[in-house]
Amino acid sequence: MAERIYIFKRFERFWHWSQAALIMFLMLTGFEVHGTYNFFGYEAAVDFHTTAAWTLVGLWVFAVFWHLTTGEWKQYIPTMEKVDAMLKFYLTGIFTDAPHPFKQTTVSKHNPLQRLAYLFVLVIINPLIWTTGWFYLFYSSWNDWGVGWLSLEWVAFFHVAAAFMMLIFLIAHVYLATAGHTATSHIKAMLTGWEDVD
Amino acid sequence: MQIIRSMIILGLGLALSMLSTHAFASTTPADAAKATEKVVEAKSDGMKAKKVKDSTADHSKFKELQKDFKTGPEVTRACLECHTEAAKQVHSTKHWTWEYLNPVTKQKLGKKNVINNFCTSVESNQTFCSACHVGYGWKDDNFNFAAEENVDCVVCHDTTGKYKKIPGLSGHPNYKSMEWPPHSGKFRPATDLKEVALNVGKTSRKTCGSCHFYGGGGNAVKHGDLDSSLDNPKRYLDVHMDADGLNFTCGKCHLSDSHEVSGSRYAPTASDSEGALIRGSKGDRNPSTCQACHSDTPHKETSSPKLNEHTDKLACQTCHIPAFARGPLETKMTWDWSTAGKLDENGKRIRIKGSTGRDLYDSKKGNFTYERYVIPEYVWFNGTVKFTLFGEKVEDRSLVKINDFQGDAKDPDARIWPVKVFRGKQPYDLGNETLGVFHTAGKDDSAFWGNYDWDKSMAFGMKAMGVEYSGKMEFVNTEMSWPITHMVAPKEDALECHQCHKEDGRLAAIKDIYMPGRNNTPILDKLGFLVALLTLIGVLVHGGIRIIMSKRG
Repeated sequence: MAERIYIFKRFERFWHWSQAALIMFLMLTGFEVHGTYNFFGYEAAVDFHTTAAWTLVGLWVFAVFWHLTTGEWKQYIPTMEKVDAMLKFYLTGIFTDAPHPFKQTTVSKHNPLQRLAYLFVLVIINPLIWTTGWFYLFYSSWNDWGVGWLSLEWVAFFHVAAAFMMLIFLIAHVYLATAGHTATSHIKAMLTGWEDVD
Repeated sequence: MQIIRSMIILGLGLALSMLSTHAFASTTPADAAKATEKVVEAKSDGMKAKKVKDSTADHSKFKELQKDFKTGPEVTRACLECHTEAAKQVHSTKHWTWEYLNPVTKQKLGKKNVINNFCTSVESNQTFCSACHVGYGWKDDNFNFAAEENVDCVVCHDTTGKYKKIPGLSGHPNYKSMEWPPHSGKFRPATDLKEVALNVGKTSRKTCGSCHFYGGGGNAVKHGDLDSSLDNPKRYLDVHMDADGLNFTCGKCHLSDSHEVSGSRYAPTASDSEGALIRGSKGDRNPSTCQACHSDTPHKETSSPKLNEHTDKLACQTCHIPAFARGPLETKMTWDWSTAGKLDENGKRIRIKGSTGRDLYDSKKGNFTYERYVIPEYVWFNGTVKFTLFGEKVEDRSLVKINDFQGDAKDPDARIWPVKVFRGKQPYDLGNETLGVFHTAGKDDSAFWGNYDWDKSMAFGMKAMGVEYSGKMEFVNTEMSWPITHMVAPKEDALECHQCHKEDGRLAAIKDIYMPGRNNTPILDKLGFLVALLTLIGVLVHGGIRIIMSKRG
């Protein structure tokens, strides 16, 4: 009989899904601003991108507060323990219905690969995309800020590079959401908060 | 519950985004105009009973003007009886001297000195060119620039529309009935100077336009943004001059002081990053710029803050004048003098007109092309223009820049400006190594428009410039740029972002800035999409194997 544990609290689920929607919308509008395609029209894409970015900032203010006050930030402390077992599972075990090497608990929601991946998003992709995004947005104020020596070309380069990293993360993340104890267990958990564990 | 929370969070995000938007508030001229309207309404209420002239003097009642004037200078003498200082004021203006010393480049400019690629030069052709001089009698270098009665007051102050200075009469109107245009069979009656004098008034679009709309030898020829369609324009053509709307005269923007009219294309104001000019403003800012009324943060708070953030890189004109020659008239785009002088089998002048009635070929002048609704070219411009003047050796004769707008992306005073680039082909004196000055119009044997002989015409023109013609000439390709600043479109017709922010957009020629939507780093894009694609393939293969294995299992 499967055991059910309450993994994702209400705010966490709201944060996850609204962030997911915002990030995908930012990608959609961002690559249009980048010139990859035409969809909303350039002006609308810029406006949407800016508004979505500020909305994400607002969301993050709450998310940071939540992580700090609940201590949930500890979920992202990296560990190398069982990383090899996880890799082995994804490469072979998953195909033969082998048991999942990681047992979720409320104090340890993420498997070690997840921890590493999310930490990478938190300390590499996000800071890069946020910092460059702000500089991009305030391009006209660079001289007033004393950073007139910055090059828009390079700011844009790193912003786009971070966007690509986010895109690649998104593809892998969406797929691995089906790689829980069952194909839908992770997704169900992210929707309801409850995850089936062995 | 979740919905309410999400509203709060998104609301906060939006509130933060608004903070960034609202840091750039400004008063718009529209607001100011509303305030003015109220004043005008209040004023007109009190005056409904009687329509009062806006001038305090009715010139038709002046006994000084009740005369049968024989000549223009006689009219001027009458004007000067009351306006004692007017001629002295005019004497110090470019309209009179046709000279301008550029304080930055130290080049001596003005119509008198510059060689352009239309009719090319004034020297030796004054009897014709001076039809647009605010004076009477300038036919050669002996003209008396100090004589007050030589000032033509009425060319600018006429309100009858019947006063016209005729090319070939050295700045005079016709005092006798004469055939005009030449060989047209139509006759212009003698100018009624008394009627003109009794009806003088303020300058108008028509008076300014009598020269400025017809520069380069005809209506709409030269500027591209100035032609007779501005006599009575609709809103779409010029949002300020709109005859049914704001109804601006030229002088509304080109404010004058002691007859010195503001605004210059020899030393234009390329950028002005200050607020709107208000009464009492200190300094000597040009009052005829867009910014003088609109400030450099003219876009409303409700519009994207990005619009106001573009004013440090773009001239207002770049977005707000999406094309020039937007009226019914075509403007001349090229002029090839090298083909001039071909005559038909009877030795007569050839004129070929295009479907729109414009000359395509004229033996006197060569080949032309005309265009309407022309998309401007765009250049960085900091207000400094360098000219290729007479006597200046040209190193690269493959393309001579008659004038060259200075500035680049690094220059804080430079803005991206729309320009009309006029392309020509004109004489160059190989021996003297200078652009040629040649004699076009006149009743003598050397005028090109009489005998179509380049050598004679060049010899005469170069001599007038104080140089002996070398006898060797060639035709060189030339380019002259004209800043586009008139025919401002209504805001709904302004350029949209995507017209520049894309590959091969309007600003394709401006290469020294990074523009989102236009520029990217190809290697990054290729690598990024490749890795994303590989990841996608990877997960699809991985997922596929899982599905197959689970079915077998």
